Amino acid sequence: MIQSISTNRKYIIIAIFLSVGLIFLARLFYIQVIDDSYFKSAQHNFLRPVTQYPSRGLIYDRKGKLLVYNEPVYDLMVTPKLIKHIDTVEFCGLIGIDKEEFDKKLRLAKKYSKDIPSPFEKQLSKETYGTLMEKLDNYPGFFVQPRTLRRYNDKTAAHLLGDIGEVDSATIKTSKYYRDGDYIGKSGIELTYEPELRGKRGSKLMMVDVHGRLMGSFEKGKYDTLAVGGENLATSMDADLQAYGESLMQNKIGGIAAIEPSTGEILAMVSTPSYDPNLLVGRIRAKNYATLLFDPLKPLYNRALLSAYPPGSTFKIMMALIAQQEGVLLPETRYPCAHGYPPGGGKPACHVHPSPLDLVQAIAYSCNSYFSYVFKSVFDKKQFSNSEESFENWRKHVLSFGFGRKLGVDLPTELSGGVPTIEHYDKVFGENHWKSSTILSLGIGQGELGASPLKMANVMAIVANRGYYYIPHVVKSIGDKKFQFEKYTTKNYTTVNQDYFYVVIEGMEDAVESGTAAASKVKDITICGKTGTAENPGKSHSVFVGFAPKDNPKIAIAVLVEHGGWGADWATPIATLMIEKYLTGTIARPEIEKRMMDGVILPAPKPIVN
Amino acid sequence: MRENKSILQHIDWVMVTLYFVLITMGWMCIYASVYNEEHNKLIDFNLNHGKQLIWIGAGLLIALLLLIMDGKFYSAFAYIIYGVTLVLLIIVLLVGRRVKGSQSWFEIGSFKLQPAEFAKFSTTLALAKFLSNPNIKLKQNKTKLYAIALLLLPIALILLQNDTGSALVYFSFIFVLYREGLSGNYLLLGFAAIVIFILALLVDKITLIIIFGSIVLAFIVLVRKTKRNIFSLVGIFLICSGMVLSVDYVFNHVLQEHQRTRINVLLGKEQDLKDKGWNVHQSMIAIGDGGFFGRGFLKGSQTTFDFVPKQSTDFIFCTVGEEFGFVGVFVVISLFMILLARIIFIAERQRSSFSRIYGYGVASILFFHIMVNIGMTIGLAPVIGIPLPFFTYGGSSLLAFTMMLFVFIRLDAHRLQVLS
Repeated sequence: MIQSISTNRKYIIIAIFLSVGLIFLARLFYIQVIDDSYFKSAQHNFLRPVTQYPSRGLIYDRKGKLLVYNEPVYDLMVTPKLIKHIDTVEFCGLIGIDKEEFDKKLRLAKKYSKDIPSPFEKQLSKETYGTLMEKLDNYPGFFVQPRTLRRYNDKTAAHLLGDIGEVDSATIKTSKYYRDGDYIGKSGIELTYEPELRGKRGSKLMMVDVHGRLMGSFEKGKYDTLAVGGENLATSMDADLQAYGESLMQNKIGGIAAIEPSTGEILAMVSTPSYDPNLLVGRIRAKNYATLLFDPLKPLYNRALLSAYPPGSTFKIMMALIAQQEGVLLPETRYPCAHGYPPGGGKPACHVHPSPLDLVQAIAYSCNSYFSYVFKSVFDKKQFSNSEESFENWRKHVLSFGFGRKLGVDLPTELSGGVPTIEHYDKVFGENHWKSSTILSLGIGQGELGASPLKMANVMAIVANRGYYYIPHVVKSIGDKKFQFEKYTTKNYTTVNQDYFYVVIEGMEDAVESGTAAASKVKDITICGKTGTAENPGKSHSVFVGFAPKDNPKIAIAVLVEHGGWGADWATPIATLMIEKYLTGTIARPEIEKRMMDGVILPAPKPIVN
Repeated sequence: MRENKSILQHIDWVMVTLYFVLITMGWMCIYASVYNEEHNKLIDFNLNHGKQLIWIGAGLLIALLLLIMDGKFYSAFAYIIYGVTLVLLIIVLLVGRRVKGSQSWFEIGSFKLQPAEFAKFSTTLALAKFLSNPNIKLKQNKTKLYAIALLLLPIALILLQNDTGSALVYFSFIFVLYREGLSGNYLLLGFAAIVIFILALLVDKITLIIIFGSIVLAFIVLVRKTKRNIFSLVGIFLICSGMVLSVDYVFNHVLQEHQRTRINVLLGKEQDLKDKGWNVHQSMIAIGDGGFFGRGFLKGSQTTFDFVPKQSTDFIFCTVGEEFGFVGVFVVISLFMILLARIIFIAERQRSSFSRIYGYGVASILFFHIMVNIGMTIGLAPVIGIPLPFFTYGGSSLLAFTMMLFVFIRLDAHRLQVLS
């Protein structure tokens, strides 16, 4: 009896022991084999993907001069979960913030994620970085992430080169690539060529210990992807010419565009006032950006690309071409001028010159009366039954020169309008209530007509090429490859036949040789050009368009100085200096150069209204 | 010479082999928990695995001595050993060193000794001695009281050291008492107490009492309505209800803050991913990381990079789990189970009741340690810092378990000379 009880009890005890063992094994089987959440947590615990940021492509000018490069900076990152017993006071002292800011930053980081590192303090200064690195081991949860910022060798071409900044949340949402804290091109070339410049981010799987210290690459880097650096870009810009243009335009408002006619490459694009591109870099970017944004002279605005300026008399070149194409103007055609357009009762007015003139002379002397007749003859051609039809015909010609539409420049934005529409006149004057005399000022580049200096320069490229252009662009090559987008290597013809260009060019040559621009002629360089004095509220804008040399042209240019008065006063000397500089590398007319550089044409500061 | 030879013939090589396999595996785990790029030497006496090697050496020496001693010695000196241990437990309260809140360490040079570990051994001896007296019967209340007093003395002294974990181990003697004739109801009562305690913390008290009431009512309807049946059922109901109602008091007033937290974490009522809860969480992550086959020896990421706390002591089982996977834990738990079964099997074949009771004591204490320690690492038991036998780094526990086991082996080898 007793024996059987003890035998039973022996088995009961063994059964209890074994059942606990079995329960444990069942539990372990669940944790280790069935449920993979623990396995994933383990990976999450000790593996940390460390982003390898690619170096952004460098930017050179057309002669290989380095314009934009990268400078290393360091972001202080934090993984809130790993922070343990740190000396907050010392830490705040090291990075130069107060306790309140520390708490705020930490709260933000925690809100983002407790486990995933996020930036705590961006772009540490070199000094902060140095002192911090010595003590970083005392601050578990914090580490330093190297990044790069842009640096600009010259203070030039800010608008063209553009800038980079942190990607905004809208972009992050729509893009598969960008993540919070990434940099992205914000304007200029940096924006248009963002995909080429940025390269590809890599990732390194690092092992970390419980304190968040990096313990080396996981499985010898088997899962690492290398960052692929961005492609280097060579712009078509001539950095010396650009800088020279900016110095000529200093203390003036306006723009210069220069294009190589045989390729469409933009040699210079000056917009003043400008700013030092280094101002929009890193920690100082936000503050400086605001300052520039609210500057009444709008330094951020790229006038050479975006402004719709009345082309003024420079438009007469296009009128001369269009009228010849329409068969209503011959080189020998003469029109009278009586200090103005006789049928208009002397309006538009004109300056003193011999009369009547033929086409070449009319261009050289920029006769307003002549081109009013020309405009009328184009408009009132018999074949058109009404104003709408003839206007549409005229408009078609104008648009073929690139006015009134986007050219397709490889920059983020450009002027799209500038040429009025039928709807516009119908609205202003009423349907069938307008005719050639109503809109006569279009013929001399006034009225509703507007074009950017780049568009005007492109017209000069067309004239230089005797009838076609390549879409102007700023990038010459990407990486090792020559730039070969079909878009930029295709000839775009205007509606005007090649034959009609020669006489116009002759007029332009005369304009510089003996006409309105004669004061600015350059020895040994045949410049073909046309001055303009573009009327607008306030003093007229000083305009000049031209190209040189006459044969085998190397540069087409447009210069506009706001409120500079006569075209010959400012725009013409500046343009010819640019041409001289580009073609010869030196300046034979230092006194003119000095006068241009010293000239100040700025609006009087507005009185401060309380 | 002759004596020694016969001992070698008669010792149970199964237990000895299991012992060697377990301490070898234990040492490997300690080495793995120390191992990293800087600390990769197999023998370095400045580090845990090196020190443990010294303790293993000492343990083997002591095991040898214990085997050489006369088999009658342990029975004869049981009370004296028990007394000496009690004195040591008192002295440690006076001159001992406080480590992590427990006043339980003697410091001798660079080595530390924890008398509470040895008290388990000596209490087992004393209890075996007491219960093996042919004149006493466990049915008698007086005997029960004496037996409990024998256990309560070391428990009280250990509690005074603030070492709750080691004191709890003495509950395991309930298996010994049960084997020696204590009513199975006590075992049931203990089990029921644990279940009720957990249920009372998780479920609304009134609901729980209503459920108990319904069950008892159902029984009253079903069983024969004798006075005795109804009386005992009502009695059970009252006891259960009383326990339910007293749980809050015990929980809030008897237990300490950290103990409450551990229990709440275990029951999932509290998320504590910082302190104790973090330990268990990390421990389970490490074990889960092992998968079926494990990460491989010295390749556990969680243990190598210190994610698991106390990985060479309380949480050493994580290393087994991560580096050797389910295969590893299966082997280790199986070995432990085989050892326990073997001890009980051998205890049962003893002619001397002293040897049998002692054997049961050893098995019970080992079982309790294994259950609580492994249970803690996989979230099935509260975090109670008691060592995993033969694995956990530390001289005292290794020596104590070695002594316990080898005294039993010696007693077993001696059994043929004992007249029943």
